[in-house]
Amino acid sequence: MEFPQPKAMATIQPIAGENEQHPDVALVERVRNGDVSAYDTLVRKYERQVFRIAQHITQNREDAEDVMQDAFLKAYEKLDQFQGNSKFYTWLVRIAVNESLMRLRKRRTGKMVSIDEDVETDEGNVPRDLADWAPDPEQNYTQAELAEILRKTIQGLPQGFRIVFVLRDVEGLSTEETAETLGLSVPAVKSRLLRARLQLRERLSRYFRRKKGGEK
Amino acid sequence: MTCSEFLALLDDLIDDSVSTDTRTELEKHLKGCEHCEVTFNTTRKTIEIYRSHEIYELPAGLRERLHSAIMARCKKGC
Repeated sequence: MEFPQPKAMATIQPIAGENEQHPDVALVERVRNGDVSAYDTLVRKYERQVFRIAQHITQNREDAEDVMQDAFLKAYEKLDQFQGNSKFYTWLVRIAVNESLMRLRKRRTGKMVSIDEDVETDEGNVPRDLADWAPDPEQNYTQAELAEILRKTIQGLPQGFRIVFVLRDVEGLSTEETAETLGLSVPAVKSRLLRARLQLRERLSRYFRRKKGGEK
Repeated sequence: MTCSEFLALLDDLIDDSVSTDTRTELEKHLKGCEHCEVTFNTTRKTIEIYRSHEIYELPAGLRERLHSAIMARCKKGC
């Protein structure tokens, strides 16, 4: 069997080579020298990602809006602490994740919130559902229907799996960056990622499975 | 290779981080196992769909509110 090359889907720009300065570092330098417009450029570049992460964690639009604002303001205030040896984007994501978890804690009036929440301990990974999917199954739905299906499906994942999947597969962080951001070990990230991917796949099968003859 | 062994390497296969020898083993297993072939194809499709569809649109006006907040913060000293 041939493995087709994955399509270019990630929205994150590739990291600059080792000797090449990432454009974000130059922007951060400009902000440090008093050029606020450079910060606007960074905001526009990453606002969608930060909002998505906040929405995935808080699962509440108002909270996500507040988190996005707080995260960018905090990053602005702490810019002096940003070390050029890490990527600005992963540094910003770490702030956004922490702000999101703080917001959840606040909403639950101080109840402990952790990324380990709802993570089951059983290791049963073998998929039960063998149903194959229709070719291009998303084309059977309108954009709005599809977005609703994808939202509902990912919202049903345990928080600890959802965050790993979002950071690693949607927002383009590496396994190591995801582990560092969430304070998890690399094996823990790998284990959660596999289970998140398999659970999402199984849940999406309800909508995308190939219909049998005559079935609507 | 058993299905459990295949599954343990599924993520590495999807992320294209397996050695040539391991890849050959995985491909051999896939040829004879419909269950793992379906799992592999649909899991890869799951990731692709989530990457390529925006499910949370940025609310209108949020960017402007953020910009104002940053400018207000800046007036206090930046």
